[in-house]
Amino acid sequence: MKVECLFSGFGGQGVMFAGQLLAYAAMDAGLDVTWIPSYGPEMRGGTAHCLVVIADHPIGSPVVMHPQVAIVFNGPSFDKYEPLVAAGGLLVVNSSLVPRSSTRANLTHVRVDATQIASQLGDTHLANMVLLGAALTARPLLPLPAIERALDAHLPERHRHLLAPNKQALAAGAEVLTSP
Amino acid sequence: MPKELLKGNIAIAEAAVRAGMQAYFGYPITPQTELLEYLSARMPELGRTFLQAESEIAAIHMVYGAACTGVRAMTSTSSPGYSLMQEGLSYIAASDLPCVVVNMMRGGPGLGNIQPSQGDYFQMTRSAGHGDYHPIVLAPASVQEAIDFTLLAFTLAEQYRHLVILAADGQVGQMMEPAELPPLLPVAEERPVWALTGARGRGKNIISSLHLRAEEEEIANQRIQARLLTICANEQRSTEYATDDAELLVIGFGTAGRIAYSAVEAARAKGLKVGLLRPQTLYPFPEDRLSRLARQMRSCLVVEMNAGQMIEDVRLAVAGRIPVRFYGRMGGMVPMPDDVLTAIEEAYALHAAVV
Amino acid sequence: MMQALREPTAEMEVIYQHPAALSECRTHYCPGCTHGIAHRLLAEAIDELGIRERVILVAPVGCAVFAYEYFEVDGCEAAHGRAPAMATGIKRSCPENLVITYQGDGDLASIGAAEILHAAARGERITTIFVNNAVYGMTGGQMAPTSLLGQKTTSSPAGRMATLTGYPLHMCELLSGLQGSTYIVRRSLHDVRHIRQAKKAITTALRVQMAGLGFGMVELLSSCPTNWGLTPEQAMGWIETKLIPQYPLGDYKVTDEAKALEKAG
Repeated sequence: MKVECLFSGFGGQGVMFAGQLLAYAAMDAGLDVTWIPSYGPEMRGGTAHCLVVIADHPIGSPVVMHPQVAIVFNGPSFDKYEPLVAAGGLLVVNSSLVPRSSTRANLTHVRVDATQIASQLGDTHLANMVLLGAALTARPLLPLPAIERALDAHLPERHRHLLAPNKQALAAGAEVLTSP
Repeated sequence: MPKELLKGNIAIAEAAVRAGMQAYFGYPITPQTELLEYLSARMPELGRTFLQAESEIAAIHMVYGAACTGVRAMTSTSSPGYSLMQEGLSYIAASDLPCVVVNMMRGGPGLGNIQPSQGDYFQMTRSAGHGDYHPIVLAPASVQEAIDFTLLAFTLAEQYRHLVILAADGQVGQMMEPAELPPLLPVAEERPVWALTGARGRGKNIISSLHLRAEEEEIANQRIQARLLTICANEQRSTEYATDDAELLVIGFGTAGRIAYSAVEAARAKGLKVGLLRPQTLYPFPEDRLSRLARQMRSCLVVEMNAGQMIEDVRLAVAGRIPVRFYGRMGGMVPMPDDVLTAIEEAYALHAAVV
Repeated sequence: MMQALREPTAEMEVIYQHPAALSECRTHYCPGCTHGIAHRLLAEAIDELGIRERVILVAPVGCAVFAYEYFEVDGCEAAHGRAPAMATGIKRSCPENLVITYQGDGDLASIGAAEILHAAARGERITTIFVNNAVYGMTGGQMAPTSLLGQKTTSSPAGRMATLTGYPLHMCELLSGLQGSTYIVRRSLHDVRHIRQAKKAITTALRVQMAGLGFGMVELLSSCPTNWGLTPEQAMGWIETKLIPQYPLGDYKVTDEAKALEKAG
């Protein structure tokens, strides 16, 4: 088993943290994992992306051209990565910010009104968890409780008070796919 | 110790702390600044020395001074900063001082960019600064290896009283992977007999690389060369994958080696007899192993994130027995496994053409 | 007729002897060069303060490149201009030791300008002996950052011109403006009275470091008869009439704490 999972969006949308959380959960599940960020000269703003590779055997390259899963948080990320998702892959799109839909027939296309759902939960910053919850429901790389345990263990101290809302957001994302 | 999800830069910093590093001097430069930032909090916590220098030049000379007193000293930088350190490195090497330098290579030449690169292979392995010597150069490809090689770097530096470079790139520095840190070792209380500690109850100690008489300078050089011979005999390190029945050998170090691993895996899945040799020491280059492997191969393919630098060492080791081909990206471009696979397939196809 | 020197006896008081901190070897300095005097003063001060076994000396690149040979203390050789950075590494690793850099004008004021400036700004607890003779001695008399306007050197054959190479650099004035500086003074070695004053300043500078106060530097206006093209005697006169007017002697920064040490001494 080997899956590459790309997270991409604006700086400040929690793109990096969503990827790290998946990486922590994978590590705790005894899998091999790499997390690698894009890094640019700017401190704030701009687009940010990270790539998580999860495998049950040693991982070679932490970067790939065609990830099997892509979670795009905004329009520019959609435009850049929609064509690159591997055939048969999964594309999760934050439809609150991306009005366009994919026309590709060879991938699973999931649209989640993530920023809107997060806003209803009280904080638009939770959109990252909504998207992660949806992605892991569409492609169960790891069970959601594993992500919740990773949140328990790794949510930064300053965001500790948001533990419950983060878990709610994960569940809300999952619900988008499970509810009729 | 349990595995933690660690970023390369932080892992190296903490590994150095646990290896008993007593003094760190550095200057901010992307993509290794996190290493410096981490140590700025961590070293004082343990009562050890952290100092942000006014330049890479000053930083390496501070390391030179600290190393003279027999403490475990280190600095870290990235390519343009490594260029600036050349002067101090030459003095340190000529003075038989142990010290560790981390170079997180980035795209160049010139100011270049901050993306991962392996463009400093020549600058690190051929010498460091003026004069006639080589540092020991270790090339980790993963966070765990970065930790292990940081420890190894201090061990080798002291064992041989020699300069050791930890040569990685921005990708190893920025990547997070599960890895295990060693326990915190106690800092050595004793200073070596040669160290500058004040001439109390003994004659004075002098540390100098000045030998005005050419006869003496030649003797100093012979001493260094004799040490390098021992290092070359004892310290060649490499790892390999699927080489047993391979006909094409892919050779890459650090990040390029790791990407090549993915490509070799994919080539094997297609039934191609391809193997990988990943040098872990760039100096000494694992020429003994490569020379043996070359006997069973029909050709080899060198993969680097530069225009072809390690390939010169490969050619020397292979000594014309088999064709040596090259695939590289430059300027901070990281090759993708698919691209390397294509290069493998092309090289492999040439075997058939020869028959 | 010269009287044969008598061996000292128990009744005789020793009033002058070879300092323990100074090696009993011949130096390579030219006749009339004041490096020998500066060495002697530093060695005497080290002896009198009883710190020989604690001193680590950082030698420069320049005429004093062999300074570590001439002192009976632990010593090392810095790259050109980098002595303050090297001394910083030493001091931070051995805070109980007394770390001294001995640097010339090319070393300190030109190639090592950044290192000395930042060592001073950090208040690095080291002592710098700055020998200023307005010329590059070791390489054969080229223009230094401290060369005077109009001064003929092998690299300013028509005399130093401000339009071409700017103006002399005043290190005491520069460094005394930094908060990290504790004791910054300029002295001269051209006659006995001034030599005595220089000795006192060197002693105070070392006391400053012993008290852990901050950065200290003693600039010594020195001679280079060989490269100035003068006799040793003329060279001393040149210091007095040419160098001192450009580089006025005096205390450029002496903090109150340093003053107290000066008085105690």
